[in-house]
Amino acid sequence: MGSRDDCIRFLLDGEVVEVSGLPATTTVLDWLRDHAGRTGTKEGCAEGDCGACTVLLGEYQGGNAPLRYRTFNSCIRFLPTIDGCELVTVESLVDDGVLHPAQRALVAEHGSQCGFCTPGFVMSLAGLYLEQPAPDREQVVRAIAGNLCRCTGYRPIIDAGLAMGGLEPAKTWHPERVDTPARRAALAKLVRRRTLELPDLVAPRSLDELASWRQAEPDAQLLAGGTDLGLEVTKALRNLPKLIYTGQVPELHVLETAAAGLRIGAAVPLADAWAAIVDAFPGFEEVADRFASPPVCHSGTLGGNVANGSPIGDCMPVLLALDARVELRRGASVRELSLADFYLDYRRTAMAADEFLVAITIPGAQGCWHYAGYKLGKRWDQDISAVCAGFAIQVDAKVIVAARLGFGGMAGIPARAPAAEAALIGATVEGASFEVAADALASDFEPIDDLRASASYRLISAGNLLRRFGLALTSEEQRKPLSVWEVTP
Amino acid sequence: MSRPHESAELHVSGAALYTDDLALPAHTLHGAYGLSEVAHGRLCGLELEAARQARDVVDVLTAADVPGVNNYGGIVADDPIFADGEVHYAGQPLFLVVAHEREAARRAARLASARIEPLPAILDIRAAIAAESFVLPSKRLVRGDPDAELARAPQRLSGSVGMGGQDHFYLEGQVAVALPQEDGGMHLWSSTQHPSEVQHLVAAALGVASHAVSVSCRRMGGGFGGKESQPAMIACAAAVAARRSGRPVKIRLDRDIDMLATGKRHDFLADYDVGFDGDGRIRALSVMLASRCGYSADLSGPVSDRAVCHLDNAYFIPHVAIVSHRCRTNTVSNTAFRGFGGPQGMMVIEHILDDIARHLGCDPLAVRRVNLYGIGERNVTPYGQIVEDNILPDLLEQLASEADYAGRRRAVAEWNEREPVIKRGLALTPVKFGISFTKTSYNQAGALLQIYRDGTMLLNHGGTEMGQGLHTKVLDIVARELGVPNAWVRITATDTSKVPNTSATAASSGSDLNGKAAQDAARTLRERLAAFVRERDGVEIGPEDFDGGRVQIGANSIPFAELVEAAYRARISLSATGFYRTPKIHWDMDRLMGRPFYYFAYGAAIVEAAVDTLTGESRLLALDILHDVGHSLNPAIDIGQIEGGFMQGVGWLTSEQLYFDSDGALRTHAPSTYKIPTARDWPERAEVRLFGRPNPEETIYRSKAVGEPPLMLAIAALHAIRDAVAATPGGAGRPRLMAPAVPEAVLRAMGAVCELSEERSPLGDTMGTTSPDATEQTAFRLI
Ligand code: FES
Ligand code: FES
Repeated sequence: MGSRDDCIRFLLDGEVVEVSGLPATTTVLDWLRDHAGRTGTKEGCAEGDCGACTVLLGEYQGGNAPLRYRTFNSCIRFLPTIDGCELVTVESLVDDGVLHPAQRALVAEHGSQCGFCTPGFVMSLAGLYLEQPAPDREQVVRAIAGNLCRCTGYRPIIDAGLAMGGLEPAKTWHPERVDTPARRAALAKLVRRRTLELPDLVAPRSLDELASWRQAEPDAQLLAGGTDLGLEVTKALRNLPKLIYTGQVPELHVLETAAAGLRIGAAVPLADAWAAIVDAFPGFEEVADRFASPPVCHSGTLGGNVANGSPIGDCMPVLLALDARVELRRGASVRELSLADFYLDYRRTAMAADEFLVAITIPGAQGCWHYAGYKLGKRWDQDISAVCAGFAIQVDAKVIVAARLGFGGMAGIPARAPAAEAALIGATVEGASFEVAADALASDFEPIDDLRASASYRLISAGNLLRRFGLALTSEEQRKPLSVWEVTP
Repeated sequence: MSRPHESAELHVSGAALYTDDLALPAHTLHGAYGLSEVAHGRLCGLELEAARQARDVVDVLTAADVPGVNNYGGIVADDPIFADGEVHYAGQPLFLVVAHEREAARRAARLASARIEPLPAILDIRAAIAAESFVLPSKRLVRGDPDAELARAPQRLSGSVGMGGQDHFYLEGQVAVALPQEDGGMHLWSSTQHPSEVQHLVAAALGVASHAVSVSCRRMGGGFGGKESQPAMIACAAAVAARRSGRPVKIRLDRDIDMLATGKRHDFLADYDVGFDGDGRIRALSVMLASRCGYSADLSGPVSDRAVCHLDNAYFIPHVAIVSHRCRTNTVSNTAFRGFGGPQGMMVIEHILDDIARHLGCDPLAVRRVNLYGIGERNVTPYGQIVEDNILPDLLEQLASEADYAGRRRAVAEWNEREPVIKRGLALTPVKFGISFTKTSYNQAGALLQIYRDGTMLLNHGGTEMGQGLHTKVLDIVARELGVPNAWVRITATDTSKVPNTSATAASSGSDLNGKAAQDAARTLRERLAAFVRERDGVEIGPEDFDGGRVQIGANSIPFAELVEAAYRARISLSATGFYRTPKIHWDMDRLMGRPFYYFAYGAAIVEAAVDTLTGESRLLALDILHDVGHSLNPAIDIGQIEGGFMQGVGWLTSEQLYFDSDGALRTHAPSTYKIPTARDWPERAEVRLFGRPNPEETIYRSKAVGEPPLMLAIAALHAIRDAVAATPGGAGRPRLMAPAVPEAVLRAMGAVCELSEERSPLGDTMGTTSPDATEQTAFRLI
């Protein structure tokens, strides 16, 4: 059976589903509900912020690599992007009439009231179960960080997550049972030999192919994880130009870690990118953790976040602090640019229309560096920052010899703070130095008032984040709690 | 062991059907609104041609197309289905595009535009008071001689209390499907807490009699009051469109439109003047209490009445004057929301007591204690109801001792002494919430029970299921009365053609009213069966003889189904209606006097919080709740209501911020910008327990209502944060902490945010503020 070019194919409940003739911007959720009549998956917001639409995506990663199942928000994900994968919905988890442990635990713990959020929680918990059938509290809370429930107060849902490991194990959707030869074979059969090409979307399968499409169609829109672009369709109701989907380009999925630094392919999901960053540069855990919900981090890409150029994207302050560079390609030629030079103005970057982002590189660190990343919002999980900060300073014999301070939410673009950096360089590592730097921020930024915070709050709290960094560095012997989350209840 | 929710297995497997999940008949059309972007103006014309010409569009409706009355206001007829002549708020529906596909309708709606000549808009409470812009006449409740007693009191304080509104954020948005029937009839599937009101308003909009319209609702994906009066808006629009096209029409609002167009919790503002003695015991209190009602009356009258009736919360106020203004503003018409004004009233008194304590330099709990209603004395509310069943002193002391309030108070003080950056705070606040609709006539319910020949039965009652577990409880009651397994009783959609003239499922009254009505129906049938046995066998059987699906007749035990079949053959009617009306209550709406409440539900919470003095971020560390549900009908469900209500209150008071811009447009209308709590916000250490004393009133199995009261336990969370703020140098005294206590508000309350410019950020103002004295009120003028 040869694959066809213009037909999306994926696995659902053991059957191959073929879809053609729909707009490329049809979301997975709309396909499920309106076309497949599977109404278990719900729409609560159509913007990736409530989790009611959460489903699982199974990916065959080639060779002997294990099948990987991860959650994503079906409301903002376009159907062609699940081509070649397995789609798992709340209905799929019921095995011969037997509920999945995540489902049974939710019943037993009284975890559903109105039940509208429940399918989404089931999927998030089932996704966690496939990684870790007996998770701890932190793992449960993290796994459901992108799921809103207005009824329960979450306690019984957290308890269900903690209880599911103790129940009779799942017959199919269990980490040791799901990866069967039959399932691998079914997914392997979906691997494309020819490029998926719909009237309004093309999914190149190599970097060269992507480069030539990009040049041939400079008006086309690049689509990566779609966690931002999806909203243009579901909320702004925009008609998108032709889409060039980057998710099928293997070269863009490469994540290289070496002493010389990190090289993160533009299509690497945020979840993997952040894991690598935090691993190489300890100090950014908070931003990594708060960046977005797991389903968003599974779909969204670091490249998308960077290329999108949002002034409040939370990657950029950290990447600025790490002196990241972007690798851009046009046709056969490749150029590199410092991330600091990449952003020109509000949502405008130095990338030309026929250029695209290949990778983000972060140089390795020489000497003694300290890092910190902080984010301020109205809520710990899944909020757009009022202020986001990434700090890196190099210290030699108690003197700060280099400083890079990246901020988001303080200007029309993510930006460094030159005056505050200058204040730190040459100063000793002590509270007073950070006081001076915090005060210098007023000459670096003129933030604005908006629904997230007032200008004055932004400026004062940004300075206080520098103070917090100073306190963290100077009080290391008898570390005091510097965040409400460091307090033991 | 508590029974799980009757739909739990359906919920978790995705098999529970909500209105949006119901399979639509062929040729169903879909409607999408066009909304006003102007807060107030004269509607001079609509440019609809581009929308009409758009692909797939069938029709575009405006006010002129409503065949009957262009109104969906249930109490006062001042809520137009479509704006007519004048536009009253940014977000008001102007027209409805009807198309073959929902997406086509949504897109076409954006092609139309409106010519609106702007008029001056009143957007906030202070401006409305200044302009005497009210949706309803102000009310006044006075007891004793507050002016004289204030003058005579040993100590006196004045100040203001403000609090923001709240979006319901039910996970399932508003949705309705109108299905034309023969002979002018219309059937609706509506996600509504109030099918009867939808029925009556749709009939009026279509210009037909009530019997031509029927409405059903199997379940809602959350309601919280937001589906009490609001669903009629889209139901009426869908029905009008269905009548015109002769086809089914479905309207499902997307999240943004839902949040822009439909009402929310009222934000309130209060100015107070309180006199007290050296122990903090209140001698007299005078309060100006104002609610932002939005452009129309909706339920603002009863919401404001309930706020007045809960301003006392659990405390005796000997001399009191409350003036209640119902402010008319050019914003969305605020509506019912869990607590229905009660939370806002309580916020005021809790704030006053906290202020008194901070002024006197003593523990706020001490001040709360000396002001509690007494037992047998100091027990009459300002509105004249005697607090007969006051269990609060016992409940509060039990909680304080079991959760070691005193020890933790010391630990918090020590921590704050030691720690420079993170401060901790502790608070205990009680709740006393009146149960019954203040409108006496609403306190009635009906049920219909039908037994089939195989012994299974179908139950319908007037209540709706929104997640609160009402059907689970009512089903249990019927199964228990007839001694059959729960699986034999099935509840189907609440339907106006099964039980007529129902009240909204609201005011926490669902199981009190419908449980009793269903019990009545079950007892009628049981007695009918017993009478049949008496006649046939000459044996007297009683309630206890119906058990385990069998009936004990003398020495014989026979299957229930066998008795039913025999009764059928003997031509005994196997269906019955049940009815209930709440006893003892009476209420003078104008004088605000009487016994509006059958009984009170009580509770108390202790919350411990931490705040960051650098960023204003806060976190709830620990929670202890002891709550009174009488003799619980289902402990797991009741605990679920308590936890969920608490958390919803926490959202209201901490993270959920409705940000209106200076033109009156809501800017936080989706979860990306409007932040309800997530799982991480549930306190890691939490103890939630039931008090367990039976209701002295004769309610269904001596239980108590549970839907709303726990929301107000969250006031303890705000006060714990305030307590922590008060431990900072800038927050000492009576911190100006407004609700919601978002990080910026907390940092401001610590005196750590100074203004960069003369212009005030709109944040402080629309969200409500707190200022220690009257002179500062002008500084915080709204918008
Ligand atoms: S519907 Fe809310 S995240 Fe998808
Ligand atoms: S159970 Fe209703 S939203 Fe979670």
